[in-house]
Amino acid sequence: MKRILFILLMGVQAVPLGATTISVGKGKTVTAIRAAINKALDGDTLLVYPGIYREKNLIVNKRISLIGINYPVVDGENKYENISIKSPGVLVQGFKVVNSGVSSIEDFAGIKIYNTRDVIIRNNRLENTFFGIYSQYGTNCIIENNEISAHNLEEQQSGNGIHCWKSDSMRIIGNKIRGHRDGIYFEFVTHSLIWRNDSQKNLRYGLHFMFSNHDSYVTNIFRNNGAGVAVMFSHHVKMFNNHFEENWGDASYGILLKEISDSHIENNRFVKNTIGIYMEGVSRLQMKKNSFERNGWAMKIQASCMDITVSSNNFLGNTFDVGTNGSLVLNTFNGNYWDKYEGYDLNRNRIGDIPYRPVSMYSVIVERNPPAMMLFRSFMTSLLDKTEKVLPSLTPENLKDIYPLMKPLRL
Amino acid sequence: MKKVIKYVIIDILRNKIMLGYTLFLFILSMSIFSLEDNAAKGLLGLLNIILIIVPLVSLIFSTIYVYNSAEFIELLVSQPLQRKTIWMSLFTGLASSMMLAFLAGAGIPVLIYQPDATGFMMILIGELLSVIFVAIALLAAVKTRDKAKGIGAAILLWLYFSLLFDGFILFLLFQFSDYPIEKIMVGVSMLNPIDLGRILILLKMDISAMMGYTGAIFKDFFGTGTGMSLSFLVLIVWIVLPLALSVRNFKRKDL
Amino acid sequence: MIIATNVSKKFGSLQALNNLSVTCNKGECIALIGPNGSGKTTFIKTILGMVVCDSGFITFNGNNINNNWQYRSGIGYMPQIGRYPENMTIGQVFDMMKDIRKASVVLPYDEDLIRNFNLNNLLNKRMRTLSGGTKQKVSAALAFMFNPDVLILDEPTAGLDPVSSEILKEKILLEKSKGKLILISSHILSELDDLVTQVIYMQDGALCFHKTIEQLQADTGENKLAKAIAQVMQQ
Repeated sequence: MKRILFILLMGVQAVPLGATTISVGKGKTVTAIRAAINKALDGDTLLVYPGIYREKNLIVNKRISLIGINYPVVDGENKYENISIKSPGVLVQGFKVVNSGVSSIEDFAGIKIYNTRDVIIRNNRLENTFFGIYSQYGTNCIIENNEISAHNLEEQQSGNGIHCWKSDSMRIIGNKIRGHRDGIYFEFVTHSLIWRNDSQKNLRYGLHFMFSNHDSYVTNIFRNNGAGVAVMFSHHVKMFNNHFEENWGDASYGILLKEISDSHIENNRFVKNTIGIYMEGVSRLQMKKNSFERNGWAMKIQASCMDITVSSNNFLGNTFDVGTNGSLVLNTFNGNYWDKYEGYDLNRNRIGDIPYRPVSMYSVIVERNPPAMMLFRSFMTSLLDKTEKVLPSLTPENLKDIYPLMKPLRL
Repeated sequence: MKKVIKYVIIDILRNKIMLGYTLFLFILSMSIFSLEDNAAKGLLGLLNIILIIVPLVSLIFSTIYVYNSAEFIELLVSQPLQRKTIWMSLFTGLASSMMLAFLAGAGIPVLIYQPDATGFMMILIGELLSVIFVAIALLAAVKTRDKAKGIGAAILLWLYFSLLFDGFILFLLFQFSDYPIEKIMVGVSMLNPIDLGRILILLKMDISAMMGYTGAIFKDFFGTGTGMSLSFLVLIVWIVLPLALSVRNFKRKDL
Repeated sequence: MIIATNVSKKFGSLQALNNLSVTCNKGECIALIGPNGSGKTTFIKTILGMVVCDSGFITFNGNNINNNWQYRSGIGYMPQIGRYPENMTIGQVFDMMKDIRKASVVLPYDEDLIRNFNLNNLLNKRMRTLSGGTKQKVSAALAFMFNPDVLILDEPTAGLDPVSSEILKEKILLEKSKGKLILISSHILSELDDLVTQVIYMQDGALCFHKTIEQLQADTGENKLAKAIAQVMQQ
């Protein structure tokens, strides 16, 4: 079975004819990985058998495949970067990479890609590394199905799970990341895909995304991260089908959007976040078919946002649907389902006949005077809220959904 | 004491109002839960019942009951019974009937539709508020001889605890919005059992929002084990204090 | 047996009891007499602990009744207007009282009055449906039921028909013969003639006199209590 798999993998790598396989391990032809790399030529495959390999910093500077069998351990002894990839077309697969060095000057990583392309990093387990997998000027690389975990308690002691800097056409697929500073970090990364990753319990952001344009992230789970997900200073970002759950805290968001334009947020689920989406300086954003459930605020839209279209979303059981700090509204909210809507539908077209105002008076009061949260849901404040619905005075006049749905959408 | 409690409870159970209250709670909570397709909204409706109806009924019913039992109390006082025993029996009988009515009327629907932390907290707070307002009603009833005045006082007390107090707090909040008064507000909320109960429920129901900056101060206090225990302790004090005062008054009261 | 010493009680500005000192002993049958509002009922309620006096004290068998409740097991009390839980039947009231007092009672229960008043046929009637007279019968029956050493009867015959009145009087005489202390307050003085051995006369909450009936007759020269009292009142 392993052999068949191996042959198949070889096929994927398109190994040139005449490539050799070098076995590495106790009682094999070569006992150290470093020696095997030195021996290997471009296109060769290194089969690394189980064992603990303490070989300081392994530098892969040839187009070779490193394949671990039953997760051989590459130990950085808390001093070194475990594996540095400096050649294009390298495959690193099936290793257990542990204990990288920690430095405040250098960004040590478990596996790091240096200024190269077409690298595949697959099926590895990384434990207790400073940075997990790091791509610096990487192009067209695949980082797939790795399990990356760290147990640091302080942000300074911890790097990011998957860190991409000035890279392009990256594919980050199916990784599991726990306990790092940021689960996935993108800075100046373009045309890349983040797909089916599971980023939980990281100290800061599940996904941290800056100056990265034309990227998509799809079907990821971001749960219980210190501050949720931050997407900043980017344009043409597509966010589809993700789950943002239980990101709790006073500066914690399902997504924090800052200076984002021409982007799409569709089919996502936001559950039990303190703030589902926080938007600042966002423009030309399409939000469709998302479901906001049991969040503190489903969304907070600062007055600096414009041309945001919020339509066909479900708002269910949120404490507050929409919060805002201004009265000028340049965004549209039409055709959503709001469970707090109390209107009627006389002509039976499944659209409420009177508009819904998603900003409740009490959310405005709490915005201005936070301790007033203490009176939330009291008899008196519900009376005030009802009065406000009849005679709007504090809430923005134009922030309303003219076509509120009577029944929730099936999302 | 057991004997007297027995007769008080038998008497209350024979009272149709109590049965009506139980049915009212039951029908109301069942319809709230079954009409709303979303259980969270059902809980919200139930919250209003707990915070408004439970104190009101507890207060008014107990006050009227005490006045209507004047003969019974008089009869008992002339018998070889301690006055404290008579009063405590009256309290125990009223409190346990109110608790039973709430448990049957609102507790069962909650257990059917929403048996989670929020639901349990609501039942707990509802039960506590029932007892607290029985104790407050006893104090109001023992203080005023006149029935009409006593019932008036009970209604005023309800108005105060459910509306006026909050209005006063809101006024304070805006008057002193430039000062860091969050911590003081935690203390102030202890002065009203309805507010205290509401905040405890909010911490379960609106946990996401309470985790944010605005709710953080409450979360930091009420969310901890110490804060939680302290809050429940305060709620118990809200039972014990009015009750002790009313016993003291009743012991000296001329019948 | 019952000694009141300097008992005073004010209801608001009204002085209901004014420095009242009275001694009542075993075997006596005392009439408590006075005009309306003279403090008779208040005094009775003070003895029962239903009204707490402002100053002075009352002892029962040598024990201060303040903060004491066990002593009431030695008293049978028939109130002026018997008021009972309206939803209970007569039988339930009897059962409840037996239940409450059974720890301290000398058995068997004295059910003479229940029998003589024919209350047995009414046991299933609810209290709210009863006439004033029937309620009085219930009150009387309850007062005698537990063989108490002291009987305190507040206007016992008010509202009773002549036959029942006579039954009650006979019962009182019977108990008197057993050497019990009996305190009766009444307006209908003619009824008290054959019963009482002593008279306490109160006015405005204060004691006017406390004499034996013989002494009163001697002082006034009148044989009938009613006339004797009338003479006192004219003075």
